[in-house]
Amino acid sequence: MTKNIMIVGVGGQGTLLTSRILGGITRDAGYDVKLSEVHGMAQRGGSVVTFVRYGEAVAEPIVEAGCADVLIAFEKLEALRYAHFLKEDGVLILNEQRMEPITVLTGAAAYPEHIVEDLEKEYTVFKMDAMEEAKKLGNAKVFNIIVLGMAARHMDFSKEAWLSAIEKTVPPKTVEINRTAFLKGYEGA
Amino acid sequence: MLGNEAIARGAYEAGVKVSAAYPGTPSTEISENIALYDEIYAEWSPNEKVATEVAIGASISGVRAMASMKHVGVNVASDPLYTISYSGVNGGLVLVAADDPGLYSSQNEQDTRCVARAALVPVLEPSDSQEAKDFVKTAYEISEKYDTPVILRTTTRLAHSQGVVTLEERQEIEDKPYERNPAKYVMMPANAIGRHVYVEQRMNALAQDGCGFAINRAEYRDTSIGFITSGIPYQYVREACPNASVLKLGMVHPLPKKLIEEFAQKVDVLYIFEELEPVIEEQVKSWGIKALGKEIFTLQGEYSANMIREKVLKEDLHIKEPAKVPARPPILCPGCPHRSVYSVLSKLKIHAAGDIGCYTLGALPPLNVIDTTVCMGSSISTLHGMEKAKGKEYVKNWVAVIGDSTFMHTGVNSLMNMVYNQATGTVIILDNSTTGMTGHQDHAATGKTLKGETVPAINIFNLCKAMGIESVTEVNAFDTEALERVIKEEVARDAVSVIITKSPCVLLKGNVFPYKCTPVEDKCKKCGMCLKPGCPALRKKSDGTIAIDETMCNGCGLCEQLCKFGAIERVKG
Repeated sequence: MTKNIMIVGVGGQGTLLTSRILGGITRDAGYDVKLSEVHGMAQRGGSVVTFVRYGEAVAEPIVEAGCADVLIAFEKLEALRYAHFLKEDGVLILNEQRMEPITVLTGAAAYPEHIVEDLEKEYTVFKMDAMEEAKKLGNAKVFNIIVLGMAARHMDFSKEAWLSAIEKTVPPKTVEINRTAFLKGYEGA
Repeated sequence: MLGNEAIARGAYEAGVKVSAAYPGTPSTEISENIALYDEIYAEWSPNEKVATEVAIGASISGVRAMASMKHVGVNVASDPLYTISYSGVNGGLVLVAADDPGLYSSQNEQDTRCVARAALVPVLEPSDSQEAKDFVKTAYEISEKYDTPVILRTTTRLAHSQGVVTLEERQEIEDKPYERNPAKYVMMPANAIGRHVYVEQRMNALAQDGCGFAINRAEYRDTSIGFITSGIPYQYVREACPNASVLKLGMVHPLPKKLIEEFAQKVDVLYIFEELEPVIEEQVKSWGIKALGKEIFTLQGEYSANMIREKVLKEDLHIKEPAKVPARPPILCPGCPHRSVYSVLSKLKIHAAGDIGCYTLGALPPLNVIDTTVCMGSSISTLHGMEKAKGKEYVKNWVAVIGDSTFMHTGVNSLMNMVYNQATGTVIILDNSTTGMTGHQDHAATGKTLKGETVPAINIFNLCKAMGIESVTEVNAFDTEALERVIKEEVARDAVSVIITKSPCVLLKGNVFPYKCTPVEDKCKKCGMCLKPGCPALRKKSDGTIAIDETMCNGCGLCEQLCKFGAIERVKG
């Protein structure tokens, strides 16, 4: 059975790093794995999506609407934008951060209120303000690893496997803070 | 491995010795990865025409060579491409062309297969990272056996997807001897007439032999439905209809006619599933074969497995309606020097003929500065055309804006034209010391090569001066006062003038402003001036005052300059 993971967020939030850790752990576990990323113009503060699929033999590299087992959302509005990609028993991992798109900043559109409440009515949601938690750890940048830690609870790999995948992917100097961040998400979720 | 990484690995394993390219999404990572192999000479060329000619020279001299580019780069390279198709090769020659269905980072959605048909060049199309690597090697074999350049066509989805790849050793290919052969390598009319005959024979031979190529593969399963497909769409077919029969084409031009006819006979209903133009479909139908294609599948954007489930299997997918949410288009980064220049142009109500790069985003609200964008280098010539059509006075509230890398690509020709044809007009070169949009590649004016060597940088100021332009001014992109004064002076001038706005891209390593901007709340008059340039780090709070997200702010100080009440401070951060 192929497992479908999606990571959504705002360009620059570190979706690529997160998906590469996922790619590493699935490959090391002996799965066939395909990842699909967004580079180029869309990365500049736009809405970005990364797909990770793993299983015995994976054909297409994208996750389609109604098919995601786990949707990892780094931002609330992006969670709402892509929630319909979740399958019925899929789970939404939500970082409760609010980043207003330029359409809202200029007053052309309004940022929806009650996003979390609305999503919780329809989907199974696990949430955390990972940015706040990351700041408490002393490095705002590792919020994405905290979110990954929350998501890891809903995938088929051991804590040790995750920590080893992180170690292999992040810059050597940041291994310790990323380990701490991962455990914050993994154990706090 | 990323599809692009796999192509680079394929070049390495195929014994490629020379690689040239100009960066362009989704092809950039090919060259970046090739550059990591010591065995391959790799360079950024100023544009795709030059890159292709470099690869051609290497091929004629007797080694395997590669040029890689995005689909619109093929247009720039089409001049040498159409003619090297006639000459053919000595060492194998492969041109990688990356199409962008869905326009993730491009100005159009053109299909390279159409160019290849016109240029009489074979096209291979892989469908995952493993094939991306393997097909590069096949491409070199075909290139040398059939004396032809070969296009390896990819798409964004292939280029930027990762899959598991099995690596092999590098083949050591011996350099072929070069022998003078003007009938083959000097394409003047008398020689080209003969080569055209050869080219047509070559394409016929490829169409016939292609029926036996392992990369063109008929997979017979349930024969009530059959698909002809290639590339990434093959994966969607396998996902949605794992039991259907599939003719998977690894070579999409020329088409293996007999193989297609045989497959069409064996299946009850035939679908042709290809993204973008109906290149396979029109040819297949012209042979009298009944098939369904663009009647049900779109000409635009990317395909999916769900498309087959809906259109072919007629399944009701019960997909929830997407929520109606505000769009989040890409924007200039906090601390981007382009925003500062645009805030001045916007204040002066000056129109801009734009170009291709991050700075194209200045077309969007709230900046609304860019009026036109066509292709690389077009800003300068577009402005020139406007002046020749409407006169000098007309362009005095216009400028052309172009990045440093784009200027070196093809902008420089347009500027020479302005000098030659006695133009009036102001060109702003937004010099951020890199090729920004594609992820920071060096170019001739940065002083570094693709291999990381330090070299003398071409000085853009001196280059403009050498053309004979009298007024060339360099300004710090963040000095809005000086910028405003210089722009006013230059657009009033009855001559061609150049303003070079200088400040490195804020995302370049080591280019961090050692500051943070913070609001001073009791001084804020809620006028909204600081919000005008649309910096994403700034937000209006419910009481009308300003909040600045310290994790996003890069400390450029543009908002501080715009606030007349001292309500924003730039502090050491």
